[in-house]
Amino acid sequence: MVTSTAAELEPTDGHREEVESVVVRFAGDSGDGMQLTGSQFTLATALAGNDLATFPDFPAEIRAPIGTTFGVSAFQINFGAREIATAGDAPDVLVAMNPAALKVNIGELNTGGTVIVDIGTFSDRNLKKAGFTEDPLANGSLDDFQVLSIDISKLTLESVKEFGLGNKEALRSKNMWTLGLVYWLYDRDRQPTLDWLRDKFAKRGNIADANIAAINAGHAFGETAELPSGLHGYKVRHADIAPGLYRTVTGAEALAWGMAMGAKLANLRLLLASYPITPASPLLHILAGMKQFDIVTFQAEDEIAAVCAAIGGAYAGSLGVTSSSGPGIALKGEAIGLAVGVELPLVVVNSQRAGPSTGMPTKTEQSDLYQAVFGRNADAPLVVLAAASPADCFEVAIEAVRLATKYMTPVMLLTDGYIGNASEPWLIPDLDAFEPFPVEFAGQAEDFHPYSRNGETLARPWARPGTPGLQHRIGGIERQDGSGNISYDAENHQRMTDLRARKIAGIADDVPPQGVELGPKSGRLAVVGWGSTHGPIHRAVGNMLDQGLEVAHIHLRNIWPLPRNLGELLSGYEAILVPEMNNGQLVTVLRAEYLVPAEGLNKVNGQPFKITEIENAIRARLEG
Amino acid sequence: MNVQAEIDTLKAKDFASDQEVRWCPGCGDYAILKGVQRTLAEIGTPPENVVFISGIGCSSRFPYYLSTYGFHTIHGRAPAVATGVKLANPELDVWIVTGDGDGLSIGGNHLLHVLRRNVDVQILLFNNEIYGLTKGQYSPTSRIGTRSPSTPMGSLDRPLLPAQFALGANASFVARAVDTQQKHMPDVLKRAHAHNGASFVEIYQNCIVYNDGVFSSFAEKETADAGQLRVEHGQPMIFGKDRQRGIRMVPDTFSLEVVEIGKDGVTEADLLVHDEGDRILAGLLAEMRGPDYPVAIGVLFCEETQSYDTAVYQQVAQVREHASITDLNELLRGGATWTVTE
Repeated sequence: MVTSTAAELEPTDGHREEVESVVVRFAGDSGDGMQLTGSQFTLATALAGNDLATFPDFPAEIRAPIGTTFGVSAFQINFGAREIATAGDAPDVLVAMNPAALKVNIGELNTGGTVIVDIGTFSDRNLKKAGFTEDPLANGSLDDFQVLSIDISKLTLESVKEFGLGNKEALRSKNMWTLGLVYWLYDRDRQPTLDWLRDKFAKRGNIADANIAAINAGHAFGETAELPSGLHGYKVRHADIAPGLYRTVTGAEALAWGMAMGAKLANLRLLLASYPITPASPLLHILAGMKQFDIVTFQAEDEIAAVCAAIGGAYAGSLGVTSSSGPGIALKGEAIGLAVGVELPLVVVNSQRAGPSTGMPTKTEQSDLYQAVFGRNADAPLVVLAAASPADCFEVAIEAVRLATKYMTPVMLLTDGYIGNASEPWLIPDLDAFEPFPVEFAGQAEDFHPYSRNGETLARPWARPGTPGLQHRIGGIERQDGSGNISYDAENHQRMTDLRARKIAGIADDVPPQGVELGPKSGRLAVVGWGSTHGPIHRAVGNMLDQGLEVAHIHLRNIWPLPRNLGELLSGYEAILVPEMNNGQLVTVLRAEYLVPAEGLNKVNGQPFKITEIENAIRARLEG
Repeated sequence: MNVQAEIDTLKAKDFASDQEVRWCPGCGDYAILKGVQRTLAEIGTPPENVVFISGIGCSSRFPYYLSTYGFHTIHGRAPAVATGVKLANPELDVWIVTGDGDGLSIGGNHLLHVLRRNVDVQILLFNNEIYGLTKGQYSPTSRIGTRSPSTPMGSLDRPLLPAQFALGANASFVARAVDTQQKHMPDVLKRAHAHNGASFVEIYQNCIVYNDGVFSSFAEKETADAGQLRVEHGQPMIFGKDRQRGIRMVPDTFSLEVVEIGKDGVTEADLLVHDEGDRILAGLLAEMRGPDYPVAIGVLFCEETQSYDTAVYQQVAQVREHASITDLNELLRGGATWTVTE
């Protein structure tokens, strides 16, 4: 465990140029260890007291052929002395470990930005594999950038030669050499990474030694080498952030811990039943390692079995959770309808990805809102919540558990591949301060009716098998109001359909009224978002407010039912803009629900919105 | 599930619900319901600890007619729901009721996996070789040539034998019973219940409307003696009205043959003795069909193993014993953290 205060980590080098924020992208072959490099840099940056946001972007192929453009894996981090809302529109620094990484990423580098390339990989063969017809380092195509060409491969081999590794194994330390150089560039502390390497390779001391030597050599290179003019070390002051104990957290971690916390607050055993699917599997992996917290995980034979096992768990008195991505949620649809009908609590997590069908599994999208709200046969209303950021997953997971158990209903929790994999600093909450919401199971009763209802919530009682005297039968066939017995009665079906709808609609009174995150509470333009568009919208609206434009940011956590005051709130704006990483889903729901003139700003290229894209859209509406 | 009510305090009728039974008059399901109610009374588990879970189909209406806990789920998925129930509370006594369509067609995958995993449940598969509730289409157990609304010229695809399927899925308990054999069925069901793991019981069930008499060659009073081989562990395989016929192993071809005791020098000592622990033998028995062979009824296979749910909770207990972090607050504060001061 590394604990240090930001003040202790203030750079000591007085000659460094101070910058407010920087975007660095590490890019290389899938096998180059870019995600690991990025996560180590993230940790060092967090420890330096900067605010930050990250965006891991990796290919679907596990090991694509080496040197190809489709095998390029990248990790982007935006860090600074101010509040950081997104992983950054465009990198200021690009680290390209091979020609393919340069080819794929150079187009996005800011003009005047720095590109660090390992020329040791720029062989004719690799250039050809990357699709270059001529050497980009020699043909003037990089003239707009500061290019730092280093034979990282050769320098790495030299730095680790004393450890007696084979050539292939020695070259694996290239990423650590590069990390050492970038640590120097931004004055980051190497120690946490050195500790981490010692721990990770505890049983292979020479590998740890080699990697440490590589980091140190990369760092020393920065200190001593003659860098091209204009290139020097930088300093990024620590950000002004709320005091307290912090850690970095990914969306998947926050989600897992939030579920565990929700189950604890509800005083329930957690049963997660899931089937592996990208990008949802990390929730299963993390919870599988938390058995000591009364958590049981089950890798089912398929998506349908997973949701059915979660429903079975709920029926028997556990918190049933299932987790998947869009295609898997589609398979679970019938069973979710069963949970709606039998009115059992269930949490369904959808880590959305680009689609339809298999789509682009590792690329992010938020195109399952229709599926979440409407995607079942018949009138089958349920609760839909959306997480806005990695850390937000923690609270949203707890809220999902609270609503599911209080209202005896399935709750769909929408997150996405970006939120799941991205990390951000997190002020660790004090869990003892959370209000428990323990479930009260039905107890022995003379006159028990499985479909009697709580007058306030309209929830039916949760009667666990094993409770004497409460034996009852439930099922997918329409249930008689009160008794739950099979009923084909027309009037009863009308009444039960109305009850199910009213129960969910009533939840709007039990969720916080919709607030305005930034900007005026009425006026010319509201930018309404949900989910992972939070960062870019927040920054874009903030920037536009600074420039004097009359624009507000409204961000929805409660997708269904919508907050009670939302219609009135939206009617206070002349125009409504809804940026979404889909073809226009929330915008349709808002128009249908409130008859407001909302218009969409839509994008489905597998990448999060850039701040400038939203700024441009705002300007077009307010300055036109 | 091992809590026993006082013997003799429960009667079969104590396991009947207040719901009107809605199967067709003369349906084999009535007999099975009676047999199951009798079995439950004899086992003596308190009704509140018993859960019946079903999918969709005629057979799957079963839970509504029992006074236990019941969950009528969706088509083919009962094994998955039941697995969740056992994972949430392994103490419950869980029974799955399914049919040849529900369990072997739409739910074939779940049946495969509940058997392979060895979840501690009893699975009653009512095999009537037809889809009843959807009005008579052929099923995965229908014999080739079965004429039905969807196969007016006769079905073309090869059927499967449920017991063979279960053995192939590495089931730890495989048995057979006949709907109308009210003395025999409860014995088989009690054995299934006593087994620790997934117990698979195929019950031949007559569909009086869409497939009447499909098992008449061995399931009726007049045909049972000659058409059935009642297997019992440690007992020689003898059948026939006068118990004159038996099953003998043909070592050369590794197959079974029907022999007459007293004919060609065959004595009882030549007959195969049933060994429940022999999966290969169970496979041979499962395959026996008329008209040349009797149909094997009873416990074909039983292997003592640990159930999945038991193993899951053993792992949980192991983790609890050794975990260094047992508090969520502590978990969140593990790894790299830093303090931001004012």
